[in-house]
Amino acid sequence: MDPINFVILASILFAIGSAAVLLRRNAIIAFMGVELMLNAANLALVAFSRIHGEIDGQIMAFFVLVVAAAEVVVGLAIIIAVFRARQTISLDEPAELKG
Amino acid sequence: MLDLTWLLIAVPLASSFVLLLAGKRANPWGHWLGVAASGTAFLVGLLAFIQMLGLDEHDRSHAVHLFSWIPGGELNLDAGLLVDPLSMTFVLLVTFVGTLIHIYSVAYMEHDPDRRRFFAYLNLFVAAMLLLVLADSYLLLFVGWEGVGLASYLLIGFWNHKPEYATAANKAFVVNRVGDIGLILAMGLMFAYLGGLDFQTVFAAAPEATTAQLTAIGLMLLVAACGKSAQFPLQSWLGDAMAGPTPVSALIHAATMVTAGVYLIVRSAPVFEGAPAAQTTVAAIGAFTLILGAVIGMAKDDIKKALAASTMSQIGYMMLAAGLGPIGYAFAIFHLVTHGFFKAGMFLGAGSVMHGMSDQVDMRRFGALRTAMVTTWVTFGLGWLAILGVPPFSGFWSKDKIIEAAFVGEGAQPWILGGAALIGAGLTAFYMSRLFFMTFHGKARWTDGQHPHESPALMTVPMIILAVGSAFLGLFLAMGDRFSTWLEPVTGHAEHHEPVLPVPVIMVATLLLVAAGAWFAWRKYGAADVPETAPAASLATIAARNDMFQDSVNRGVFERPGTHLTRTLVYADAALVDGAVDKTAHGFARTGESVRKTQNGQVRSYALTMLVGLVIVILVVVQGGL
Repeated sequence: MDPINFVILASILFAIGSAAVLLRRNAIIAFMGVELMLNAANLALVAFSRIHGEIDGQIMAFFVLVVAAAEVVVGLAIIIAVFRARQTISLDEPAELKG
Repeated sequence: MLDLTWLLIAVPLASSFVLLLAGKRANPWGHWLGVAASGTAFLVGLLAFIQMLGLDEHDRSHAVHLFSWIPGGELNLDAGLLVDPLSMTFVLLVTFVGTLIHIYSVAYMEHDPDRRRFFAYLNLFVAAMLLLVLADSYLLLFVGWEGVGLASYLLIGFWNHKPEYATAANKAFVVNRVGDIGLILAMGLMFAYLGGLDFQTVFAAAPEATTAQLTAIGLMLLVAACGKSAQFPLQSWLGDAMAGPTPVSALIHAATMVTAGVYLIVRSAPVFEGAPAAQTTVAAIGAFTLILGAVIGMAKDDIKKALAASTMSQIGYMMLAAGLGPIGYAFAIFHLVTHGFFKAGMFLGAGSVMHGMSDQVDMRRFGALRTAMVTTWVTFGLGWLAILGVPPFSGFWSKDKIIEAAFVGEGAQPWILGGAALIGAGLTAFYMSRLFFMTFHGKARWTDGQHPHESPALMTVPMIILAVGSAFLGLFLAMGDRFSTWLEPVTGHAEHHEPVLPVPVIMVATLLLVAAGAWFAWRKYGAADVPETAPAASLATIAARNDMFQDSVNRGVFERPGTHLTRTLVYADAALVDGAVDKTAHGFARTGESVRKTQNGQVRSYALTMLVGLVIVILVVVQGGL
């Protein structure tokens, strides 16, 4: 199979993920979108690694996995903290920084 | 004693500070402290004078070094005093007349709650005036110059609860500022052209400077002198300055401060020697002002304002003499001294009249006071004879010499200057006689409830002393040319020049004009009845009553255009400078306002922005082929 298909799949996944972040109000769903975008990036990295026959992309993918794990921990903690403070996880609710 | 001359300035200055700082506690004795300070200054001056008399003529110029004042690169200036016959003359005049007027003021200001403050200002004036005449550099002179200006301002506005008096003080201050600019510019030019500000450096460098440079300096000095001495075109403040208490008018605005301009010109003789054009201007301004003042004096009904116009006119004589060069310097100072006596005496007489007439100043409401106030009448009469130049009284000896000197020269100049001086003598006789007859002779035209009475001894004794001076000082100083010889170390020896007319002719013409002026005044104001209100009069009289419309001229020529100019500038400032700044600031504010809307606090819209931005960056990178 042509590895370019993986890149196309990665693009579709990234688009779905960003759409979830942009369109959904629910923080958990948006968070899932973020994860989806990260994994789309991983997929693209691995696909590029395959296309170019170099190992760099796969190494980078591992770094992304680690960072994503840490990001999940921090992100979920923030969501819980926000929920405790406001009894809501809507992304539009906290708008104190409105200029 | 000559080294102790700094006491002359220090004692009145210290007394002034004590009086100002001590507050109400000093009320019971403050005025006597003021008199004592002035008297001490006179004693110091007298002792220094006696010591100076004992010195050889060439050693009479004595420099007193006080302290290093401005030690700096090119301008190295020490504060020091110059005691020479010229400054000594002023010291004696200022302290002697000043002390008499202090004594007079004790009684004159008796019922004023602020008498202590009055004496503080008077002492301040004496200190500043002595600093002015004793300074050995133009800069130190300027300190005294400003000091007397300040004292004059404070004393004109002494009764500043009356708005018009406060305005008069402001007017004097503002007009004097114009003159001060002249002195500042003169000092700048001296520093640039002559390399220093102390008299020694300036006078030593003056002969090497070009005529144009000296003329510029001379004209600037003349502007300064015009401001301080109320000479045309800066004369407008003197009439209003009569708002001050009468002793102030006598001391500051007749005898001493207003003569500072004459002192400045005579002191700067070496500068004027090299600038004949500036010298001629001085003489011309003097001649013009002496006529102008005399004409104004003829129409004034306010006794103090008439005397003020007379002061202006007499200082015109002094300026005229000072502008004639070495032949006139000694006579200018001589007339200054005799004028100091008779004019101060007459002002004190006017104060005495006002004292007895409940502060009435309108001469049309006086009349027949000779019986009610005999001492005032006699002392004023001696001053009157002196200013008329009737021999053998003081004014004759000084004024006649000036008229003679004005007739010396070539071409048209002696005829113009001499003619002005001669006519001025006739006009002086008319307006002074008018004043004298309207006040002391004729029928009583007093307002109801007036009980004129003679003033107390504290007031009459100074008047008597000044009257004696008015009568005999001129003769005493003129005998054997005592005064000219005394001033010779400063003014230089003047070669004798023959006037264009023989001296006896000038003298007889002067006396005839004086007699005619006095006779006209007697006909109109002594023998005939004087109307109680000013009658309708010709255009010339109206002009003279209004000081030749000097205020209207100043308003039209300087104030209005000045106001318009400042308004235009203010508008331009608001529209252009402020406008540019404001518009820029508004632009930024509006930009910020529009950018602010993107900061809506919505996380998801931030995310969208980031995404769009990212896409744009990628597109740019890809398109750019990077």
